[in-house]
Amino acid sequence: MTGFGTLVGRFLSEGDITQTPSKFWPEPYEIIFGSIASLLVFGLLVKFAGPVAKKGMQARTAKIQAEIDAGEQAVAAAEIEAAQIRSAKGDIDGERERLLTQADAQAAAILEEGRSRVAAEVADLEARSVLDIAAAQSRSGDELRAEIARLSTAAVDHVVTGSLDDATHQELIESFISRVGAAK
Amino acid sequence: MSDNRIDGYARGLFEIARAEGTIDEVEDELFRFARSYESSDELRNALTDEQIPASRRQAIVEDLLGGKATSTTTQLVSMVIGSGRGRDLPAIVDKLVARASSSKNLELAEVRSAVALTADQQTRLAAALANATGKQVNLKVVVDPSVLGGLVATIGDTVIDGSVRTRIDQLKSRL
Repeated sequence: MTGFGTLVGRFLSEGDITQTPSKFWPEPYEIIFGSIASLLVFGLLVKFAGPVAKKGMQARTAKIQAEIDAGEQAVAAAEIEAAQIRSAKGDIDGERERLLTQADAQAAAILEEGRSRVAAEVADLEARSVLDIAAAQSRSGDELRAEIARLSTAAVDHVVTGSLDDATHQELIESFISRVGAAK
Repeated sequence: MSDNRIDGYARGLFEIARAEGTIDEVEDELFRFARSYESSDELRNALTDEQIPASRRQAIVEDLLGGKATSTTTQLVSMVIGSGRGRDLPAIVDKLVARASSSKNLELAEVRSAVALTADQQTRLAAALANATGKQVNLKVVVDPSVLGGLVATIGDTVIDGSVRTRIDQLKSRL
């Protein structure tokens, strides 16, 4: 008899099969059949489920790789865009500097022109003021002289006509006759 | 009026006065009347106003000169005014006086004075002017207050100015 037959016979010869000899270990044949069944199930799993699982793992790996690649591409694109932005920012900074420089130059030119114009206007105003003052002085002098002459002539008229009494008239007439008579 | 017409009137008046034998008085009276006529705008306007009838204007002349001038002078002025030649009266009289002076070989001497001259002063002035010009003069004195004082004598183109007015004007010019 084989070992298997011995084991079966031994099993059949046992009185109560619901009782195990050990509180912790199953019967040896259970260990044997259980191990065989487990190996069988494992082998079937390896044979039939292994490819599917392998394929699934490969697909997952490919998907993860694709996602990694996409992420790397996104990072590369982001870096390119960042570089462009940095470049553009550099251009903007340069343009801003250029504009500021140009604005400063224009402001300086305008300021200088304004100063020159104001200086010229001030000089012109001063020159005109000097002329106006001179003209006013001359006009005032002329008016003063005219007024003095007018007052003087009025005073002369008043004094002379007031002093021409009859004796003076006679004296003037006699003087005229004497002077004309003496002349030849 | 043309010079010929003025000359004609002057000659006519002169001949009438000479015929009347009052040429010296008439020319003197006419001369003084002409100077008064020139200096009075009111009189000149009244005697030259065509709106006033000639008879009325002649009446004005007779009122003014009646009793103060010879009748010949009054009639001669009245005739000139009545004929509408009042505007030319001074020129006619000047021509008449010049003619009268020429007829006596005298040079007309017009003297302006602020006051009237005495007869003695006129005689001595005429002698002085004759001495100065070398010509006998027919002296006509015009009282002109604008002279102020002294005398201004005009003999032909010669003017001897000893007036106070002129001296004051010279002083004004210098001022």
